[in-house]
Amino acid sequence: MTRRLARLLPTLIATLLAFVVLVPLSMMFTVSLNPDESRIQITLGTIEAFVPHVVSLENYREVLADPHQPFLRYLFNTLVVVAGIVGFGLVVNAAAAFALAWGRGPYRKAFVATVIAVYVIPGESLVLPLLLMMSRIGWVDSYQVQIFPFVATVIAVYVIPGESLVLPLLLMMSRIGWVDSYQVQIFPFIANAFAIFLFYQFFSGMPRELIEAAKIDGAGLLQVFFRIGLPLSMPVVSTLAILGFLDAWNSYLWPMMVTRGPEYRPLSVAMAAYFTSQQAFWGNVMAFAVLMTLPVLIVYLIFQRWFVASVMGSGVKG
Amino acid sequence: MIRPARPSSVPTPVGAPLRRRERITEWLNEGALILPAAILLLVFLIGPFVMAGVLSFTNERLIPRPIPTRFVGFDNYARALGDPDFWQAFRNTFYFAMLVVPLQLSISLGSAMLLNAKIHARSFFRTVTLLPLVTPITVVIVIWAALFQIPDGMLNNLLRLFGYDGAYINWLGDARWAMPSIVLLSAWATFPFQMLIYLAGLQEIPVERYEAARIDGANAWAQFRHITFTGLRNVHVFVLITTTIQAFKLFVQVDLLTRGGPLGSTNTLVRYMVQEGYSSQRIGYASAVAILFFVLVAGFALLQRALIPND
Repeated sequence: MTRRLARLLPTLIATLLAFVVLVPLSMMFTVSLNPDESRIQITLGTIEAFVPHVVSLENYREVLADPHQPFLRYLFNTLVVVAGIVGFGLVVNAAAAFALAWGRGPYRKAFVATVIAVYVIPGESLVLPLLLMMSRIGWVDSYQVQIFPFVATVIAVYVIPGESLVLPLLLMMSRIGWVDSYQVQIFPFIANAFAIFLFYQFFSGMPRELIEAAKIDGAGLLQVFFRIGLPLSMPVVSTLAILGFLDAWNSYLWPMMVTRGPEYRPLSVAMAAYFTSQQAFWGNVMAFAVLMTLPVLIVYLIFQRWFVASVMGSGVKG
Repeated sequence: MIRPARPSSVPTPVGAPLRRRERITEWLNEGALILPAAILLLVFLIGPFVMAGVLSFTNERLIPRPIPTRFVGFDNYARALGDPDFWQAFRNTFYFAMLVVPLQLSISLGSAMLLNAKIHARSFFRTVTLLPLVTPITVVIVIWAALFQIPDGMLNNLLRLFGYDGAYINWLGDARWAMPSIVLLSAWATFPFQMLIYLAGLQEIPVERYEAARIDGANAWAQFRHITFTGLRNVHVFVLITTTIQAFKLFVQVDLLTRGGPLGSTNTLVRYMVQEGYSSQRIGYASAVAILFFVLVAGFALLQRALIPND
């Protein structure tokens, strides 16, 4: 009897965990389906919050029809920003990483140094890739290889926290008149040291013969990149696309500072504004929340395996 | 001085030496590949960082004004370090980190072990546990705002169900409870990330070690302490540092739910910085706060790194 209980215990705890996760989330769904706002107010803390008496899509209709908070416009804005950051980011970062892996310019040392300085991580997970980087730029068995990682660690132990950059960046953007636009939400986030690092790891592992064969055929490095490098790097592309998608859907501080109205405002900021202005109308607020969550949720459920792998892969950074 | 010979495994650039014209084409090719990222990083990462350093010594404002900007030496730093609000934000940030990091790490490790064990419907549980990670943070905040309702929101009613006989807890409105409430929400929202990292770490531990320990008669606790916990040492370092840094950056939760209140009890360093630089437009002063924040984050990460032995 006790042994069976001991065997069942983990499953029981897991069920409890699942409850803790699911209860708040399912409340969002059920409250959003309840059209009776005054009833929601009274029953928000009771079991009725999960089983509304009347079920309707009225709240969703109201959210989608609200002229002051155009949900579809916000969704469109978010999609533009996500597509911009992820799309440009993949090509730009992959290209840089490819040049670092297979180019011959002396700048590679400086650039690799910068990449590491910007993105040095305290963690053993990085020692091997770092060593690979060093050996490729000819730094193994030299003083630099011993000194540099140490210095880089001191300079920028982790990453310069983005939060300490937002204000100078804001000043810059407001002086060049970019505030309230799409580009102000996209451009600062295209180049990404972490993405370059991931691509670099991938490209430097490609067989030398492959690159040489293409070069003998007279293709320049640029062509080799577009014909061979980029198409082969789909695993990295999918990882970064998923992480970028999550990041952009979540970002709040920067878009809050650089957007002024519905024209360019993304969903995250709109959700916050909607929540603040409609506090008494939980049905509508939850419907807005569901609509904002659905796209991510669908992507998650479809690409779940890649999702998990991506986040685990990002474990080298965080 | 004799330089050590390169090991033969070090790759040399592809192909034979090139003639001049070929070399120029090669350069153009490489430039086209590398420059976009290099320029963007310079403009949007290195640039602002240097700017933050320079601006922190000036009285720059967000909106230009007729009086020219001038250097003010260390005035901004002196003012920040003499401002009780800054220190309150500083303490709050630390308080939050001290509460959330242990809570989040133990939940993550526990659930990772749970989901690594042979339980029924494991893939279902894995799918469900990751849901908070894909829920946008603003949505999480909205849902928890509903749970935190007073006097009879979900959490207060749950407390009553388990026998709490006080009136109710004013989760976000009571200076004693506001930060712990934010901690609860934040741990819920982000624990799956650390859980996944732990899960990856657990899968690296060879099963044979457990088998050997069992043969030696080690009980479950001894196995956990000597194999699981020790085997995860590198993961602990990584997770501890990233979670702490993440905790230091606390902003959205407090900005939306409590506006830093009540009585400044949930104001954090990032929120203080944004208030000064964005709402009050004192970019110069806020840059000094940003630099202090950077030093704090970097210093803390270094300290943690130094304190935790690794081999």
